[in-house]
Amino acid sequence: MTFSFILRRIGYGLLLMLGVVVLNFLLIRLAPGDPAVVIAGEMGGATQEMLDQIRADYGLDKPVLVQLGIYITNIAQFDLGESFFFNQPVAKLIGQRIGPTILLVITAQILSILIGVFLGVIAARKPNGVLSGFVSIFATIGYAVPVFWTGIMLVILFASVLPIFPVEGMQSVRLRDAGPLTKTLDVLHHLVLPAFTLAIIYLAQYARLSRASMMDVLGSDYIRTARAKGASEKSVLFKHALRNAALPILTVAGLQFGNLISGALLVETVFNWPGMGRLAFDSILRRDYPTVLGVLFFAASMVVVANILTDLSYRWADPRLRGRS
Amino acid sequence: MKDPTIRAAIGGEPPAKPQFYVAQSPGREAWRMFVRNRTAVFGLVLLVIILALTLYGSLIYGGDAFDIVWAPHERPLATPEFPMGTDYLGRDIVAGMLKGGGPTMAVGAAAALITMVIGITLGALSGYYGGWVDNLLMRFTEFFQVLPALLFAMVLVTLFSPSLWTIAFAIGVVSWPQTARLTRAEFLKIKELEYVTAARAIGAKNKRIIWKVILPNAAPPLIVSATLTIGVAILFEAGLSFLGLGDPNVMSWGLMIGANRDYILDAWWPVTFPGLAIFLTVLAVSLIGDGLNDAFNPKLRER
Repeated sequence: MTFSFILRRIGYGLLLMLGVVVLNFLLIRLAPGDPAVVIAGEMGGATQEMLDQIRADYGLDKPVLVQLGIYITNIAQFDLGESFFFNQPVAKLIGQRIGPTILLVITAQILSILIGVFLGVIAARKPNGVLSGFVSIFATIGYAVPVFWTGIMLVILFASVLPIFPVEGMQSVRLRDAGPLTKTLDVLHHLVLPAFTLAIIYLAQYARLSRASMMDVLGSDYIRTARAKGASEKSVLFKHALRNAALPILTVAGLQFGNLISGALLVETVFNWPGMGRLAFDSILRRDYPTVLGVLFFAASMVVVANILTDLSYRWADPRLRGRS
Repeated sequence: MKDPTIRAAIGGEPPAKPQFYVAQSPGREAWRMFVRNRTAVFGLVLLVIILALTLYGSLIYGGDAFDIVWAPHERPLATPEFPMGTDYLGRDIVAGMLKGGGPTMAVGAAAALITMVIGITLGALSGYYGGWVDNLLMRFTEFFQVLPALLFAMVLVTLFSPSLWTIAFAIGVVSWPQTARLTRAEFLKIKELEYVTAARAIGAKNKRIIWKVILPNAAPPLIVSATLTIGVAILFEAGLSFLGLGDPNVMSWGLMIGANRDYILDAWWPVTFPGLAIFLTVLAVSLIGDGLNDAFNPKLRER
């Protein structure tokens, strides 16, 4: 039952990814100009030989549907094409960059959910209290601040005024030969500012959402029952109430994942974080379309995976859903 | 009777006057609620000020935002003519601030319009017809929700020259799914109500029921969502311009931040002021959105 649900969910996810591949294909065709030139990246450097090579690889002399078939087959074999800027397969380029992005996005997601939900839960206890007001104000501000600007402000603050966190890159050059533990700590040290910058926006949203959701739940009969039987306030809040208030939070967490990746793109450029977003940005400036479209495909795939995980965690959080398929 | 001692002397509160309820149009009622909400009015006033400054400010202030007028990186207030200082090329930041808001807000509004048109149309069809139409359109919507919006917009803008229209279109194309879902949910709810059945009973066609009967009744949440969409679109435009993917010939707040970002450790002001402007604009829009949300909510109306 659950297994077949997972299978179907994965099948649907694959279908969505196929959609992204078709979209990528269409984008190259719809762009003004010769597709071979577009793929080679209008930097002028493309020789006739290179263009012929591209035409052969992508089957550009064949009918459009055959071209699409070739494109899909290539991608199914993890061949995302060749970056003509780096002279390297796109899949390899992305493989080098995907780790840092996942690290950044997941850390930011966990930070924002943990801190946001915690703030929301305590705010919900006293809807008119100081903390509650603070959460509302913070959520409004967090929604309105451009994420790249927060990043820049933090860079200014931590580079000149309070130099306790590195503001650039992922690793210190001087620690190149250090042991694995030192290196890990170094990466985490570099991660603090980018992850926090990214987390701030969503943190505010989770705080507001969980506050509203908790206030709903705290009025229910089973909470009164839990209190009546003498459960401690901590247990009432975090065990009885939060589990029931978690569903809307999970929904939003799943939907936010795509936005989180978009945000990561901006944060990576601000902090020079060597991830996919930075790669996409550099490649767009170089008009290196195979790389850009490869990143788009991978980023969309990450969202698909995140959505599947959200669905599964839904079932974990709400036993009522488990029986259904 | 205001004096508490007199009130106490005559024995407590004077009897309340009988209340009469005057029927008001829902729009006027919502407006009455809106103007009572202090933060919402603050947002409205803020937005009006920002709009006035960006629309007419540069006419009064004069000068081209791209002109190099002074030494680079002049500190704010160091020279009276340049209260916000100059940027890395020696361009006047005040001129940029006044010029740079127009395109940002124009793109924001246009993108929100495109978002609403696509979102409401697809959401309405999906919610009203249900069945395979709903299935198809919702799969289509889910597909667009999988694409990381900013990245997709970046690709669109670079593949098709970065004019203000392309940017507005790209933002619209990536932001409509949420509107579509909201519209669909409203339609699913409203289409079961009696007045819709009544409209059908007197022979109204589907087209009329969708646009003339259901849509106006679904308007309040959609208006709130449109307001918030403007805020999101402004942030989007700022992000794209910051990355240097906006129209390079048009001064905008995001562009100012992007152009000066390599020098932030030498000069904080060229990036700080435009960022504050974006923040205040989006803040104003979202406060208005929150205010509208409360104003349309009958539960919050006092009896």
